[in-house]
Amino acid sequence: MSQKDEKSQPEQGTMRVKRGFAEMMKGGVIMDVVTDVQARIAEDAGAVAVMALERVPADIRRDGGVARMSDPEMIESIKAAVRIPVMAKARIGHFVEAQILEALGVDFVDESEVLTPADEAHHIDKFAFTVPFVCGATNLGEALRRISEGACMIRSKGEAGTGNIVEAVRHLRSILGDIRRLSQADSAEQFDWAKKLQAPLPLVQEVARTGRLQVPLFCAGGIATPADAALAMQLGAEAVFVGSGIFKSDNPASRAKAIVEATTHFRDAHILAKVSRGLGAPMTGIGMDEINESQRYASRGW
Amino acid sequence: MNSRIGILALQGAFASHANCVTELGHSAREVRTPADLSGLDGLIMPGGESSTMSQLLESSGLFEPIREAIVDGLATFGTCAGMILLAHEIVDGRSDQCCFDAIEITVRRNAFGRQIDSFEADIDTVIGDFHGVFIRAPRIESVSEKVEVLGTYGGEPVLVRQANVLASSFHPELTGDARLHEYFINSVVTTKET
Repeated sequence: MSQKDEKSQPEQGTMRVKRGFAEMMKGGVIMDVVTDVQARIAEDAGAVAVMALERVPADIRRDGGVARMSDPEMIESIKAAVRIPVMAKARIGHFVEAQILEALGVDFVDESEVLTPADEAHHIDKFAFTVPFVCGATNLGEALRRISEGACMIRSKGEAGTGNIVEAVRHLRSILGDIRRLSQADSAEQFDWAKKLQAPLPLVQEVARTGRLQVPLFCAGGIATPADAALAMQLGAEAVFVGSGIFKSDNPASRAKAIVEATTHFRDAHILAKVSRGLGAPMTGIGMDEINESQRYASRGW
Repeated sequence: MNSRIGILALQGAFASHANCVTELGHSAREVRTPADLSGLDGLIMPGGESSTMSQLLESSGLFEPIREAIVDGLATFGTCAGMILLAHEIVDGRSDQCCFDAIEITVRRNAFGRQIDSFEADIDTVIGDFHGVFIRAPRIESVSEKVEVLGTYGGEPVLVRQANVLASSFHPELTGDARLHEYFINSVVTTKET
């Protein structure tokens, strides 16, 4: 084989291809859907991707029990219904669920704390997959540990299924605030940061040098209104996930479209005022003091 | 000479394009509303989801002003989804998906398959060997005689130009190699009538 031929061999599943796909979703809205009908509503509203799952987090929270990967048949029906990318969730540490999702041709796997964790010590080795992964994080150390395992996108965990943005704000402020502080640290202090964050030193040093995470940072967990989406974006998130907030509201189609507009025009208060009008009632939502510690999804994973 | 390049920032990889432009010493401006279009020397349409951008082009009132600006000669570079927006015809898109009909090509959305089929590979272009990143990429199915093919992969066109419009099915903004942006600014933007 000539060198020219060797050079032109295409490579799949590289970090550039996986992280690059996450770049393409920036400024967009990824919506949780449980049926093909909802998937079409999401695509009609301008979603950049849908997350196919059997129950939205609000229902998982209500029903209790063990929450697992969705039925492949349901994922297939959603894949067939839309042209935009389809994501799906695997349990933390459940690499076989992830293998199945990859075999189904899902475009992104969310190793998600919303499902019941399958492993109490190990997250999935995400380098072993061609399909890219997104993982949740509550702070910078957690984000860098997930990146060290091969995650190509980080999202705040927030507190899924509550319609309450307070936890996502806490997580974004923690991650982005620590990035700002770390970027001021001198080389000796960076060793201490790595120890405190319990994260690999080379990743810590890279964040200190560049002032940003190695992969896109999105917001998830508790977005219920266009204003919530714009808040996440102004805080520094690069795109948003909306779970229960759309299909648990009075008028999912118009709310979905309004959240798409708000995510694009997140700094323009006049547009935000315009798109926030007349959307009907948002999901009711839950205060954090109404959920006891054991019911908090954000504490799953480490 | 410093050029003012607008980056369509409705959705997608607009930040990476802006970095390429500013690294070359030019200024980049995010474009989200018609007011952002004034005084631009060139416009880049990034990758992302073409159906999302299509809707946001309509709702933001940008579609018609951009269409007119391109007809009037605004140098425009579309990558991946941006190329789909510039095409004459879209195959496998949504039926309500709009396009600018600015370059006489027919493109098929997601022609290379799903994300697990996305790839990177070396391609031959008018500016020499270039590393192309193809993400759920569209395929250029046909080009008219007015279209110059400036880059190929596996014998198929992946980089094309018609007068003031440049389009690629791959992502030059993801490789840290700004030569294609340089080509756009030096060869497409500067040929514009001023």
